[in-house]
Amino acid sequence: MRRLPLLVPALWLAGFVALPLLVVLVLSIAQPGPGVPPFLLPFAWEGGLVLRPNWEPFGLLVADDYYVSAFLQSLWVAAGTAALCLVLAFPMALGIARAAPRWRAPLLMAVLLPFWTGFLPRVGAWIGLLRDEGWVNGVLRGLGWIDAPLPLLYSDLALFLGMVHAYLTFAVLPLYASLSRLDLTLEEAASDLGATPATVFRTITLPVAAPGALAAFLLVFIPAAGEYVIPELLGPPEALLVGRALWQEFFQNRDWPVAAALAVALLAMLILPIRLFQRLEARR
Amino acid sequence: MRRLGLCLGLAFLWLPVLLLAGYAFSDSRIPFQWGGFSLRWFHALAANERMLEAAFLSLHVAAGAATLAMLLGGATGWVLARRGPFAGRALFGALAGAPLVLPEVVTGLSLLLTFVMLQGLTGWPAERGATTILLAHATMGAAYVAVVVQARLAGMDGMLEEAALDLGATPATAFRTVTLPLMAPSLVAGWLLAFTLSLDDVVVASFVSGPAGTTLPMLVFSMLRLGLTPEVNALAVVILLLAFLAAGAAMLALWRRTEL
Amino acid sequence: MGLLEIAGLAKRFGAVPALVGLDLVVEEGEFLALLGGSGSGKSTLLRLIAGFEAPDAGSILLGGQDLTAMPPHARPLNMMFQSYALFPHLSVGDNVAYGLRREGTPRAERKARVAEALAMVGMQELAGRMPHRLSGGQRQRVALARALVKRPKLLLLDEPLGALDANLRERTGFELRALQRRTGASFIMVTHDQQEALALADRVAVLEQGRLVQAGPPRAVYERPATRFVAGFLGAANVLEGTPDATGGLDCPGLGTTLRAAAPMPAGTTACGLRPERIALGHPPGGANTASGVVEDLAFRGDDSLLLVRAAGGTLLRVSHAEEDGPPPAIGSTVTMGWEAAAVVPLAG
Repeated sequence: MRRLPLLVPALWLAGFVALPLLVVLVLSIAQPGPGVPPFLLPFAWEGGLVLRPNWEPFGLLVADDYYVSAFLQSLWVAAGTAALCLVLAFPMALGIARAAPRWRAPLLMAVLLPFWTGFLPRVGAWIGLLRDEGWVNGVLRGLGWIDAPLPLLYSDLALFLGMVHAYLTFAVLPLYASLSRLDLTLEEAASDLGATPATVFRTITLPVAAPGALAAFLLVFIPAAGEYVIPELLGPPEALLVGRALWQEFFQNRDWPVAAALAVALLAMLILPIRLFQRLEARR
Repeated sequence: MRRLGLCLGLAFLWLPVLLLAGYAFSDSRIPFQWGGFSLRWFHALAANERMLEAAFLSLHVAAGAATLAMLLGGATGWVLARRGPFAGRALFGALAGAPLVLPEVVTGLSLLLTFVMLQGLTGWPAERGATTILLAHATMGAAYVAVVVQARLAGMDGMLEEAALDLGATPATAFRTVTLPLMAPSLVAGWLLAFTLSLDDVVVASFVSGPAGTTLPMLVFSMLRLGLTPEVNALAVVILLLAFLAAGAAMLALWRRTEL
Repeated sequence: MGLLEIAGLAKRFGAVPALVGLDLVVEEGEFLALLGGSGSGKSTLLRLIAGFEAPDAGSILLGGQDLTAMPPHARPLNMMFQSYALFPHLSVGDNVAYGLRREGTPRAERKARVAEALAMVGMQELAGRMPHRLSGGQRQRVALARALVKRPKLLLLDEPLGALDANLRERTGFELRALQRRTGASFIMVTHDQQEALALADRVAVLEQGRLVQAGPPRAVYERPATRFVAGFLGAANVLEGTPDATGGLDCPGLGTTLRAAAPMPAGTTACGLRPERIALGHPPGGANTASGVVEDLAFRGDDSLLLVRAAGGTLLRVSHAEEDGPPPAIGSTVTMGWEAAAVVPLAG
């Protein structure tokens, strides 16, 4: 009876987290085939269980430029988003950490709420803002600054705006956690020893905030690498990220093994950042 | 200097959302253009069968998934915070946190493949739809609930349960009279979090659903692909409001009890 | 037969031994202080008695009953935690009532006993208040009331005065002792503060690295420390090293004298303890139990001054000079010192 609180979640995790990952792994070496479901398992029963891997899906990923470029683009978008989020999140986190105590909770709520209210409406808002007949163009035209509408939507600009907007909260929180722990007296001590405000920031504030900044970067980078919806709704049509490639392979091409291979490759690409992130968390 | 950064950041976060909310009440057929105050788009929503069906499905799935997530995640968070070391603890912790870091396409694909495999082996699930979405969302939500509950318990004095034992409570009674009341706010917040998460998910639902199971976010996504119309604008605002209320309630539940 | 009998208790955490073969008897109605530094095993001992850890070896008997296999909630003793561990979601009154509810005490009796316990600690007015609105001292009283309301024969206290500020500590200490005498229960108090232990306890048990090195009334432990550790831990005695001479004394070249105790020292003694307040200044020089030296430093302590005197042979002596004996000697002056044989305590180990 005592074991129940441990056993039930453990079984659930085994069945709904661990097992699915294994299944993806197995499917990535399966053969695509006709029928439903559209694959043939890479096993055969010949006296014992024999593995018959099909390495084509992985071969495709490595050889075909299409997929390689998809991974590179995803890395670029994820890193760019994470960097931009960091730049914007730092002054925000610092501002909240240094605010008067009674403002801190409401400010944090103000940062958290947009995240929890879901990102689809917010993406919709960006569409409305950036369309040719959208708000931004309307304002610019109204001010007389432009004659023809600027093609803001379905561009890299729109993509990054949407991504940063969606992930900013992820970056503010760990940074805030790090900065709020920075004892103000440390900065006062540095000042007393002769450091200018700029030097105090460089030699005291930044190093102390560094783990939080790294955590913030990873917290954005890792999920952003596999993002599908925002690039699909806001990004340029020719942009191909891993998330979209996976979606297309699965829903359009019905090539489940390749989709699985993409998933495995995506995970492999993220293993290092994930491990790094977990180690950072453990240290805190 | 940092005040400016903070204001800019908050403006960046909130302006699009506020504009969206504002223009939902515009009478103009062109989105994000003001045409006078009107509720016509909300009326249109109420008359739209497809939308109502999807909303109905989504709310049911979200509520069910949130409840399941609360129970699973609550147990997981408690185990991680209160149970000492046991064999496989590291693996347990890693799996518990996995849904948080894995990209949604991977989660969606992996769960779908598992359902397909189960169907091939046992015949269940016969059809993919509300049930499979519910199970998938519960799995994702549980990870979030676990984080909230674990953080909450870790911040509490671990001696409280021992004090209860010392005063004559059996371990079960100590849990019921001391641990559970103190966990309660985080469980409520976790439920609300999992609820909004479910209401927001497009990718995983798309993977694990079936022909009859179109959730509200899936519908919104397919409509947004074609561009923004006033109806979608109004729908987005309704979803926003619902999530706003749920998230706000969650935060109040957690913040009010911080003194404890 | 004592109330609590501990025999051969041992406990290790991984490779680290926390308690090694501990024997201890606590009598009924006794106030015992468990004194030791960090890592001494005193907190582990308390937790073993309470039942939150299980011993690797040995037995714990309470009133003849073997506790070793009993879970904490079944043991007829109570504990006051260092952090007080008040239930934040229950009011002061409900906190105190918690243990009685678990016993199934009927409502009327419960109310009466809660009121009685709160009155005992002077908190009866605040029964409805929530813990987070109490001061540190108030929380401590509630924790005490909560533990005492069940009328245990044995109460365990984990550093009860540690979190209080200095002036509150002394007053609360006296109140604690008064409570113990009033209730007649045995108290086992864990502390690292030797003054507290000496002031409040009927008996002091000194632990070092998991071993019980000395147990006895405060005066005995203070004046006759058994080992170097006890001598140094209680009252910072001078520990004087030397070589035994043929007549049962200790030859100390560092002091430039021979130490003689009231009786011939046990064979193999290489060190003796000498308390700073037993050294008299202005003693005629020469002979055993005398020394001379130069005052290196001086610290005024209110009712006495602590002098650091460098003896002729190089040893640094701590000497206490009472204010009522006049102004202390100046730094740099030469002083002569002497002490009684009864003040010399041979130390083992």
